[in-house]
Amino acid sequence: MSAEFAVELNDLRKSFGKTEIIRGANLKVKPGERVAIIGPNGAGKSTLFNLISGRFGASSGEILLHGQRIDGLKPFEINRRGLARSFQVSNLFTRLSAFENLRCAVLWSLGYRYAFWKFLADLRDANERAEEVLAMIKLDKKRDVPAMNLTYAEQRALEIGITIAGGAGVILLDEPTAGMSKSETQRFIGLIRDVTAGKTLLTVEHDMGVVFGLADKIAVLVYGEVIAFDVPEAVRANPRVQEAYLGSVVADGQAAGH
Amino acid sequence: MSQSIAAPVRPAFTLKSFNLGRWAVWGLFALALAVAPLLWTSSLAQTMLSQVGIAIIACLAYNILLGQGGMLSFGHAVYGGLGSFLAIHTLNMVSAGKLALPVSLIPLVGGASGLFFAALIGWVTTKKSGTTFAMITLGLGELVWSASLMIPEFFGGEGGVSGNRVVGKPFLGITFGPQIQVYYLIAVYCFVCTALMFALTRTPLGRMLNAVRDNPERVEFIGYSTQRIRYIAFMLSGLFSGIAGGLAALNFEIVTAEVVGAARSGAYLLFVFLGGATFFFGPIIGAVLMVFALVLLSELTKAWLLYLGLIFLFMVMYAPGGIASLIMMNLRVAAFGKLRRLWTGYLALGGTVLVMLAGAAAMIEMLYHRQLNAALGPKMKFVGITLDASGVDAWFGACFVLLTGVALFEVSRRAFKKEWDQAQEEIEHAIKQREES
Repeated sequence: MSAEFAVELNDLRKSFGKTEIIRGANLKVKPGERVAIIGPNGAGKSTLFNLISGRFGASSGEILLHGQRIDGLKPFEINRRGLARSFQVSNLFTRLSAFENLRCAVLWSLGYRYAFWKFLADLRDANERAEEVLAMIKLDKKRDVPAMNLTYAEQRALEIGITIAGGAGVILLDEPTAGMSKSETQRFIGLIRDVTAGKTLLTVEHDMGVVFGLADKIAVLVYGEVIAFDVPEAVRANPRVQEAYLGSVVADGQAAGH
Repeated sequence: MSQSIAAPVRPAFTLKSFNLGRWAVWGLFALALAVAPLLWTSSLAQTMLSQVGIAIIACLAYNILLGQGGMLSFGHAVYGGLGSFLAIHTLNMVSAGKLALPVSLIPLVGGASGLFFAALIGWVTTKKSGTTFAMITLGLGELVWSASLMIPEFFGGEGGVSGNRVVGKPFLGITFGPQIQVYYLIAVYCFVCTALMFALTRTPLGRMLNAVRDNPERVEFIGYSTQRIRYIAFMLSGLFSGIAGGLAALNFEIVTAEVVGAARSGAYLLFVFLGGATFFFGPIIGAVLMVFALVLLSELTKAWLLYLGLIFLFMVMYAPGGIASLIMMNLRVAAFGKLRRLWTGYLALGGTVLVMLAGAAAMIEMLYHRQLNAALGPKMKFVGITLDASGVDAWFGACFVLLTGVALFEVSRRAFKKEWDQAQEEIEHAIKQREES
């Protein structure tokens, strides 16, 4: 794709009833950039992901993927254009094995569509790709275990595996390390870095350790608007960000100290 | 990939020996179909075997929706039923000389009709899932049922449409006059359709159908349209249902409106569930049970629907995976060499169930006798004993037997559960050790 931006949001808005959650968000992510989206609770981070991935329809504004409009498309149409996402709560094919989960995730991208005249066992490329991803997320020992019998961390890894298996160029990860212990998180950041190498990555994160570990740029979302989008140092120095994040703390400090 | 005959629900539990025995399993299935009418030669047996063959196709077709795709249909008799009607009309056209078609291919006309109506109706129903899907199928089932009474030209009114399968020139001496010739036609269709439906579970569409069952939302985020997957599966299910319907038309030589009715739809659901929807072979067990219940149990007692309802109730409560899952669980125990010590437990359970059943059945039969056969007097026969349905003695005795049965059952159930849980624990332990080594 020769488009200048991998993902582009232009004045994106979304209302639920009378409540406007996303209020004119603008964001331009270049191909290969790794962006963390941060912001206080209720800022609309997950909603933004749901809009980009087609889970919700936007109220107004534009979403572009590699320069082409994708707002108004169904999730599977967006996925076919090279965008994949993970979910905050693991969203797996519970009764299928880890391997089957991954094989399902590669079938469309390899062009097998709705075929019922080919045997899965004969699809060498699909089987190899599924085994490869299984090894990448270090679940090769749990190959035949149903997804519902995996441990929490293993399910999170499988969630990422399903997301990247189809080979999409743009990856959206919604709080990939939510609910993990410190040591698991450390290991997991390394894993995500490995499997998303060379791709455009957007993550929603609360954990600042994860943010600095994964992202080269940070987008700050407050009340449905992107108030800052820059490299970490510049974002930290941005007075609007300080106000949004520290405003109340500073005000409290002033009230107490003076 | 896991190469077992079981649907890939619990690949970790399936038995390795099945991989080697794939050919053996299919060979045995073919052999059973071929040899069965030679072992049971009575005309009742031939009738039942023919019906079993048809029911196997119908139940497996229904399970494409229920077990493979997680779609609960309350109106699936429609596709097989309409297939039956179009097949019998085609047969009559062949008889009238308006059409030249071998009788052996008429089930395919049924299949084409099933496919056509599934394509038409499925376009609407598969737009929805879950409860909405179930309700729409129920409504459409009722719609077709009421249409069957309104359009007697096509559905034949209350008498149905009859036909004669002995038409055209005999091919290699096959006229389809004798029941045994029809049985072998059914057996061939049954084997081919079963093999095709099993093959479907091994294809990209079949696996994505499982994915839709487990998590329809996520399917949309890996590039697939859940609606399209459901729709194609629905059409394939309609195709095989229609073939079963076409075979039924040839077998009975009469098609009445009840083949599209809610009772038939309900029977598919009930027996597929009893057989076990989570494994591929479950509906085959269900189909055999269905024919036995509908043909034999209904002859044996007037209260057969009540017994069936009770069995269904206990199955849903205690073994929601159906008989197939009970078999697979026990095979797993056997594979780890622990079945031997559950023997006594099973014996005790079986014995106490029989005692319970005797008590309950005596009371049910006495009740039915009093309601339906009052004119014949209070005396009745029950498994060789004469009971007085109006006497206190008989009721007290039956009650006593039932309560004794319940108490003994509970005692043996607790003992069995302890043994069973311990065996499961040891198996888990063994699996863990195997994984670590």
